[in-house]
Amino acid sequence: MSKSESSDGNLFRSFFSNPTVGRILGVSLLVLILYGLMVGIEANARTLENHQNIARRIGEWGILTLGAAFVIITGGIDLSIGSVVCLSAVSFGILLENGANPLVASLIVLTVAGMIGLFHGFLITRLNLQPFVVTLCGLFIYRGLAQFLSLVDFKRLLDPALRGTGRILRDSSRDVGVGGRTDLGWFFWLQKGDFLGIPMPMWIFAILALIAAIFLHASIYGRYLFALGHNEQAARYAGVNTNRYKVLAYFLCSLMAGLGGILFLMKINSASPSNAGNWFELYAITGAVLGGTSLRGGEGTIIGIILGTAVLPLLKTLVIFAGIPSDMEFSAIGLALLLGTLADELLRRHSEKARKGA
Amino acid sequence: MQTPLLEVERISKRYGGAQALSSVGLRLYPSEVVALIGENGAGKSTLMKVLGGIVTPDEGEIRIDGTPVRLNSPAQAMERGISLIHQELNLADNLSIEANLFLGRELRWGGPLGLASGRAMEAKSRELLARVGLDVDPRDRLSNLTPGHKQLVEIARSLSMHARVLIMDEPTSSLAQKETDRLLEVIRELRQQGVCVVYISHRLREVEAVADRVVGLRDGKNAGELSKAEINYQAMVQMMVGRDVQLHQRPSQAAGTGRDQPPVLRVEKLKHAQSKGEGVSLEVRPGEIVGMAGLVGAGRSEFAETLFGIRPRVSGQVYIQGQPKLIRKPTDAMALGLALVPEDRRHHGLILADSIGGNIALPNLDTHHIAKLLQFGKIRHTAQNGVKSLRIRTTGIAKPVGLLSGGNQQKVVLYKWLHRQPKLLILDEPTRGVDVGAKKEIYDLMHDLTARGVGILMISSDLEEVLHLSDRVVVMHENQTTGELTREQLSEEAIMRLATGAQS
Repeated sequence: MSKSESSDGNLFRSFFSNPTVGRILGVSLLVLILYGLMVGIEANARTLENHQNIARRIGEWGILTLGAAFVIITGGIDLSIGSVVCLSAVSFGILLENGANPLVASLIVLTVAGMIGLFHGFLITRLNLQPFVVTLCGLFIYRGLAQFLSLVDFKRLLDPALRGTGRILRDSSRDVGVGGRTDLGWFFWLQKGDFLGIPMPMWIFAILALIAAIFLHASIYGRYLFALGHNEQAARYAGVNTNRYKVLAYFLCSLMAGLGGILFLMKINSASPSNAGNWFELYAITGAVLGGTSLRGGEGTIIGIILGTAVLPLLKTLVIFAGIPSDMEFSAIGLALLLGTLADELLRRHSEKARKGA
Repeated sequence: MQTPLLEVERISKRYGGAQALSSVGLRLYPSEVVALIGENGAGKSTLMKVLGGIVTPDEGEIRIDGTPVRLNSPAQAMERGISLIHQELNLADNLSIEANLFLGRELRWGGPLGLASGRAMEAKSRELLARVGLDVDPRDRLSNLTPGHKQLVEIARSLSMHARVLIMDEPTSSLAQKETDRLLEVIRELRQQGVCVVYISHRLREVEAVADRVVGLRDGKNAGELSKAEINYQAMVQMMVGRDVQLHQRPSQAAGTGRDQPPVLRVEKLKHAQSKGEGVSLEVRPGEIVGMAGLVGAGRSEFAETLFGIRPRVSGQVYIQGQPKLIRKPTDAMALGLALVPEDRRHHGLILADSIGGNIALPNLDTHHIAKLLQFGKIRHTAQNGVKSLRIRTTGIAKPVGLLSGGNQQKVVLYKWLHRQPKLLILDEPTRGVDVGAKKEIYDLMHDLTARGVGILMISSDLEEVLHLSDRVVVMHENQTTGELTREQLSEEAIMRLATGAQS
């Protein structure tokens, strides 16, 4: 509607000066540049396998980014994503080790993850605690919990025959696996398989992104989320049950993290309680923000989030192909992001100036 | 004739396609109060920003004491004795009064550390506060002060910067009558001290009371000037709108169709957590405008919020069309046909960054979806209807409401509720920060609504508005109703008596 009714009548200019469109164009450009550099630098980067690896990673991280975006749109933040991924991966592994059906195990893991999100939402809306603090505490708690779970010898705990034959708690935490099970292939296809050449995590992400896009951009719930992110008070005065939708955002975020945890374990059939999901909350937040989700709340688009998600996996791969030592990886990524942000800011200022001068 | 303290000549400023100011002139002399009036969008705030060094004009000259100057930043303007007090005060609530007075210019002990000197600042603070007649401890937190007192602190801060020209933008918009009177007194004292005060206000009665000269702006141009002797209400209105407006003309037929019908709203002893005494009791009948008067802080907005389910109710009963009802959240109130246009338009009424369409849709989404999916066409249609029926001046429904003038913003808030066709409309300060033209339109709209049988509860600190529009007036003091006045009993004195706590 902005096009037909813009005051200057210049469709082209008003479309491109729209800040949301500008953001999306900016991040598209960034993705294109990174991709161009990657395939330009190294022949190995042009293989199908490399593309599949990147797509798989985009899928895995994109799921988390979608969750983070919901929370950020409401003006909140979730720092516990990585730890929820870890806790979910570890508990999923433990369930599998103890012979659980993978479907049942997934349902249990997702239920727990969802409850974690409800718990965050409860603390933030009912007790008025700050999202940063609540989820920062979560970051420590859930990882600690994962480490503890890996100590417990569930076989001894559960099997009456083995009871009393040794200590229930192991001496040190361990990597959790699948207990050597070979009957899981059909389920693990969801992580390891591909369909039409596209890895399954990418498919899962694509489907979830589609649902999220409809939810955010075409349903009344999305309107409520954006409204409350922009101005919570005004939303409340307009009859929006702001607390309910905030809780919903944290619920969805943790649920996505739970799903991320399940995929994490299935990737290499094991998860280490001290490393699994490390940094993932920051990857998710970075992806969302690069894609134009404002940390002040109330702004963001699914298309932007998809593009934003692609940046980090591309950057990581590029760093490897560019021959940068792995110890320098983080510095290189940080520097590249900083440069990208800087360029974006300069471009924005330039176009704003051009608009004012017009 | 003496040299003007500040002289502005042929100032022009363009923003994109809009000519905000074209060849505007203004002369200010020491020891005078000049009122700058004009509808929203007339260029008052741009002119003010030019004087305050916030906006650089495209053309024209500014002279101080006869010398041409350039004001490229607020700091430069302040250096030259021009001080600007914004409508939204630039004070830090979490700091003490003295810290606010000296923010950024703390008095120092000297020495390499440059520690702030508490004692010197405190002494100086007391002196400044005395100049504006404010008897408070400078070590108090600013948040403990009333809006009126904060305003005085802001003035004291300007004085501490040796302001010779003090520009005030709508200084009384959030003040109670008593505080307004106090402010006007302070302005007169400042004039005695040689300060030139530029007073920007929509409240023409205040302008009448305090101004030595009135300068009018219309569509970015000078619209005329009135000397002390010529200042009167009608003349000012005419200058602002360029035509004669009868603001307070009531419709000839006794408005309202259902005055003898049972009340659409009856409230009995409604109390919230801060309530004292008996709480609030009142009735509104269909087609009736019930005014709600009281001093700022009397708890009128809090009552409205409690009634609408935003604030928890502690006790009391609400009857809607005779039926006892429990309102726990805004959606309960909305389902019962209530609508609340809140006092704080920018924080509670609107989402400034969102479009006109988005804002209008928000409380109406329950009727604009199929299976929870948005009906974009219907949303657009509703918004366009609103723009048309309330004559909202805009380039389109996609425009962010933050870019609209106060009057047009208020119309957006009104329409977003009117679309629900409420039976009872609660208006909290419906014309605050709204220009005369839009004010007239809002009054007409209220009369239209009452003619259709809508009951209106109007909270207002604008006594004139209350006196002219209300069929009955309920007065509040310290979170409870202290009395009710019929049209025959209505007078400024009667309202003030009840508002200050005398029982009827």
